[in-house]
Amino acid sequence: MNILRKKSAANVPFSETVIETFIRLCGVSAIVFVFGIFFFVFREGAGFLFGGLDLGQFLTSPEWYPTSLSNKRYGTLALILGTFSVTALAMCIAVPFGLGAAIFVSEFCSPKLRETFKIIIELLAAIPSVVWGFIGLTLMNQLIIAVFNAPIGLTMLNGGIMLALMSVPIIVSIAEDALKAVPDSYREAAEALGATRWQVVYRVLLPAAKNGLLAAVLLGAARSIGETMAVLMATGHSVNIPSGPLSWIRTLTATIAAELGEVARGAEHYQVLFIIGILLFTITFVVNLIADLVIKGIRQDS
Amino acid sequence: MNHSIETENLSLWYGDFQALIDVSVKIPDGQITSLIGPSGCGKTTLLRCFNRVNERYGNVTTEGKIEILGKNIYDPDVSLPELRKAVGMVFQRPNPLPISVYENILFGLRIHSPMRSITRTESDQIVEEALTSVFLWEDLKDKLKVRATSLQLEQQQKLCIARLLPLKPKIILMDEPCSALDAKGTLAVEELMEILAGTYTFLIVTHNMAQARRVSEECIFMFLGELIEHRETQALFEDPKHEKTADYVQMRYG
Repeated sequence: MNILRKKSAANVPFSETVIETFIRLCGVSAIVFVFGIFFFVFREGAGFLFGGLDLGQFLTSPEWYPTSLSNKRYGTLALILGTFSVTALAMCIAVPFGLGAAIFVSEFCSPKLRETFKIIIELLAAIPSVVWGFIGLTLMNQLIIAVFNAPIGLTMLNGGIMLALMSVPIIVSIAEDALKAVPDSYREAAEALGATRWQVVYRVLLPAAKNGLLAAVLLGAARSIGETMAVLMATGHSVNIPSGPLSWIRTLTATIAAELGEVARGAEHYQVLFIIGILLFTITFVVNLIADLVIKGIRQDS
Repeated sequence: MNHSIETENLSLWYGDFQALIDVSVKIPDGQITSLIGPSGCGKTTLLRCFNRVNERYGNVTTEGKIEILGKNIYDPDVSLPELRKAVGMVFQRPNPLPISVYENILFGLRIHSPMRSITRTESDQIVEEALTSVFLWEDLKDKLKVRATSLQLEQQQKLCIARLLPLKPKIILMDEPCSALDAKGTLAVEELMEILAGTYTFLIVTHNMAQARRVSEECIFMFLGELIEHRETQALFEDPKHEKTADYVQMRYG
């Protein structure tokens, strides 16, 4: 009894304590950083958010005239719609391609091809967003002008395609993990009953992995909402209620990036940009939270 | 007597490893035949040849002939889904699909018939018949919407047998169907096999020699990929012709 007590209480080596404390700090730091960022963004915008800003106008007016001399108006409706429309368009392209690619990689291709594919898809994820913006500005711009006979190719369609290409790798890798997590015994059971490979996919794997696939789509969407540089360069960056894929738009993120360097620190306009930051933070937080809850759903099921 | 399954000089390799060596066997119609032998002797491999599920692993080469119901299953005109419809399989661990009990029973039928060709009344009747044949109807009639993976293991394994029946298979292959069950579950599944034998041809792999003696009419002993002895069960256990069989049935191997 005495020996046991001695060991557990006092004789833990000093190095052990140091390492444990360090690891604990690493873990806590993630939380500290997130709250820290939220706190500072909130502090910069709080003054105007609670004193002076007409929140109704902020959310529902399409008039964004932050630099008008006579009548400053801070309506972000056009920006919110810009962000959501370009994200929705991107998801319309990225979801079928991403899920299709995930199904192909996990179920239909040979192990050797699978490795190659995964490397290439990871490479796609590693391309910096400014490079995507550059491609949108030059190549895709001319392509859209040529194909649709449009006056200018810097449109929602252009930005949507760029965002789609950027979120496909995320969707593919998470969706592939979800399909991989389906026990092989399910595939075997279905095949032994005479199911073809495609029947196995859509009758067994998709229902069994549906939560993981939904999480993949939501995280892809969160990536699109938060993306800045590519949409700033590819969508035309013009405040406009979107009327179709060929209309030019401006997003919440691009507005902050383009205007924050031009404003006086602490001015109303400066604070409004931080309030847009809070809005974005809230949107991505909600999307990530939903994705997390959905993933948790998988764990409880299996 | 007719034979449901006939192989001639069947050899099989996983990559470079030869798992079956010149196996020639005839499995009689409408009876229970058991396959016994030490671990790694090729009995599961042989079983998995008969509906070609072992092809899932890729690097498998087969030589020789397998005739099922008079048809060589390696002929190019053989349809894999049709073969697997006629030759059902029950696995070592119960593997119902993660959908409802009701849909598990209908799964086979749905993949083999055109979309929406089964009416609600038909499907209700099919489910009731299939569950009644495996004596699960009373237990599960109020749980048809429950996820099949949440049932007790014994019920899951019976359900795995029940879901084969709507396809009207001729042969049911079983790979140690009771190894995940307790004594009561084992007896229940054995009883079920004895009742269903006659309608279906059963081929069962088992490590449990008492089980082989209890349920099967004929018994096949395999050793290191070769078929050593195939006789009536009682004769094989009581008067083995081959030394290796004698060693095994008298438990001289682990």
